[in-house]
Amino acid sequence: MIKENKKTGHAKQVLPHREDLGGSMKTLYTLIVHSENIAGLLNQVTAVFTRRQINIESLNVSASSIKGIHKYTITAWCTEDEIKKVVKQIERKIDVLQANYFTDDEIYQHEIALYKLATPGFQANPVASKIIRRHAARVVEVNPTFCIVEKNGMSEEITSLYEELQQFGIVLQFVRSGRVAISTSCFERLNEYLNFREEKYNKEKEYARQ
Amino acid sequence: MKQQITGAEALMRSLEHQGVKTLFGYPGGSIMPTFDALYGHRDTLNHILVRHEQGATHAAQGFARVSGEVGVCLVTSGPGATNTLTGIADAMIDSTPIVVIAGQVPTGMLGTDAFQEVDLVSITQPITKWSYQIRSAKDVAWAVARAFFLAKNGRPGPVVLDFTKNAQVEMVDYEPATVDFIRSYDPNPMPKEGSLEEAAALINEAKRPLVLVGQGVELGGAQAELRALVEKADLPCGCTLLGLSALSSDHPLNKGMLGMHGNLAPNVKTNECDVLIAVGMRFDDRVTGNLATYAKQAKVIHMDIDPSEFNKNVKVDVEVLGNCKLTLKALANLVTEAKHTEWIESFAEHDAIENKRVIEPEIHPTEGPLNMGEVVRAVSEESNHEAILVTDVGQNQMMAARYFKYTKERSIVTSGGLGTMGFGMPAAIGATFGRPDRKVCVFMGDGGFQMNIQELGTIMEQQAPVKMILMNNNYLGNVRQWQAMFFGRRYSFTPMMNPDYMQIAAAYNIPARRVTDRAELREAIREMLTTDGPFILEACVIEEGNVMPMTPPGGTVDKMLLEC
Ligand SMILES: Cc1ncc(C[n+]2csc(CCOP(=O)(O)OP(=O)(O)O)c2C)c(N)n1
Ligand SMILES: [Mg+2]
Repeated sequence: MIKENKKTGHAKQVLPHREDLGGSMKTLYTLIVHSENIAGLLNQVTAVFTRRQINIESLNVSASSIKGIHKYTITAWCTEDEIKKVVKQIERKIDVLQANYFTDDEIYQHEIALYKLATPGFQANPVASKIIRRHAARVVEVNPTFCIVEKNGMSEEITSLYEELQQFGIVLQFVRSGRVAISTSCFERLNEYLNFREEKYNKEKEYARQ
Repeated sequence: MKQQITGAEALMRSLEHQGVKTLFGYPGGSIMPTFDALYGHRDTLNHILVRHEQGATHAAQGFARVSGEVGVCLVTSGPGATNTLTGIADAMIDSTPIVVIAGQVPTGMLGTDAFQEVDLVSITQPITKWSYQIRSAKDVAWAVARAFFLAKNGRPGPVVLDFTKNAQVEMVDYEPATVDFIRSYDPNPMPKEGSLEEAAALINEAKRPLVLVGQGVELGGAQAELRALVEKADLPCGCTLLGLSALSSDHPLNKGMLGMHGNLAPNVKTNECDVLIAVGMRFDDRVTGNLATYAKQAKVIHMDIDPSEFNKNVKVDVEVLGNCKLTLKALANLVTEAKHTEWIESFAEHDAIENKRVIEPEIHPTEGPLNMGEVVRAVSEESNHEAILVTDVGQNQMMAARYFKYTKERSIVTSGGLGTMGFGMPAAIGATFGRPDRKVCVFMGDGGFQMNIQELGTIMEQQAPVKMILMNNNYLGNVRQWQAMFFGRRYSFTPMMNPDYMQIAAAYNIPARRVTDRAELREAIREMLTTDGPFILEACVIEEGNVMPMTPPGGTVDKMLLEC
């Protein structure tokens, strides 16, 4: 676009905007990535978010059920268009097997959290222990200075226990893990993918031989 | 028992196993064992000593672009490695297959800030297809095989091998390795079922189709398949900068260049067509201008080997995944023969306008100093439109791309996505090694000529037959043009004092000639083309010339400016 600049009389360039592909609603997406177990890949995966200016909410990396394959569970707030592009850019990395994104209703997800409470304050507020029971959390350590409470559950439950305990001002430390999640669909996409790759390779080889 | 060899020797044999014959490099401490091994392979591996590692990467790119083979660089660690970064990034964005092998400090010293240590793998991860550190001699054969497999298969691109010094000197039982399968990467993906049929249906119903031809057609070797499709269904085409030679310039369906400084007709028609068929191109912003007003009226078919290109910039109606050599052929079988005479004739009106107001005055001026376009067209004509065009970046690049004509495949080598000044001269050197049977003409500006001017040393030593046309306007012309158009003619640091290029040529013992007179131009060009070996032709061109037409950045493709 060229616009006449009134003051100087010369044309002024207007920067293009890229809102073209629609969808500006932000959702918390869970991204599940499977990759070969290769050093340096984590960097490459997170760099895709950085480059597109999307913050990672939580990140969990661990060995998957298949030997030699790592699983990443990543959550991020973004638009559907953004997450689709992120998925493609991640899949483009040579050693990434597969990336898929999910909304909360397509996965079973869990987090674990630890709460370190001041023992005197905890004892002075009997309601606090009721709250812990109501949240199905466990006290795993008690000594005269502090006690440690452990809870696992969905993100919101963990936040809500924190908020309720914090009203007594007794939380000394609080830590939560990244989300782990499994999809609730009946398709096991990774297995399908691995089978598909192997079959295709064999077919291509067969074809080349003929 | 098998004979043990060093990792460096294993690298030489692995390169030979990959069919490598030419490499571009520069030695240094951390790569010395490898250069020592190279000394024993001088009969089979032709190593070209460049004068700067950036030059090695661009030479490898030029080599790869014209030959279709993988370009190889061999450099030392630290500064040698960082000097290759621009070329690696350039190869990444322009999908050029190169393998850069860099020395690295011994594994025991990694992370200690050892002399000439840089974390090359981390630095290059975002600008490579694959970047890998070889820490043991056992890895060499596999890593080289995987590097070449990745560089040239699928969407091509650069690969870095960071070769630690201990791995170069360790002994190993060498066995040649082959990589033909990586389960996490499918270099030959297939189109989704039904997508070809959908694409064919759209094309068969189209009244005003337009094909956008990208470099993917050249990379896939699909020039004949493209021609067959467009001729059968009578589809007019526009070419991207990197796709210019995928379809001969004189083909009646080739309607010219797309983009910011492309031809008027294909740009205007982009916003009039009803079906847009993009083949092996990536809707770069220099092609699309403002996306909000780009081809909104059209159904879009996108054919590409890289699924991450679909819907990246432009919303696509039909995605046709796969190597376009296969998909174009399949599509040609599905489309019906058609004629779009009226639609195609409607391009002529825009051609006529551009011809009269831009092209004719540019290439056939009758007075005043030489024009860039005039020089370019004259070189193209004198070389029978059969030369390989290499360009640097700037006005010289756009003028060269616009006014050169292409009759052979893989005939344009230019830095498209990165726009790297200094690309031209070393890329042209590489091109002379990639296609020794063809003439290589490189157009450069006075700015870009000086950005890798040291490669004149390589040209001298190799007697590389590079025909260099220096279009001297005493300005960083492209920036000056923008300053004139968008910054009120405030020429902030774009006028430039130049050396005497004839003396520079003489110092390198390269035949040269300066031309300022129109009457002398043709004769000077003929002298350049008939002189054996390298030649520098300095054309003193109009200082404040402008490349037109132009879609200003963020502007709309069908509203090109014809004058400024
Ligand atoms: C490495 C690099 N630095 C800066 C630029 C920005 N730039 C683009 S064109 C240009 C001017 C080029 O001048 P010259 O080589 O004389 O070519 P001309 O445009 O005059 O033909 C500049 C500075 C660039 N593209 N690459
Ligand atoms: Mg210049």
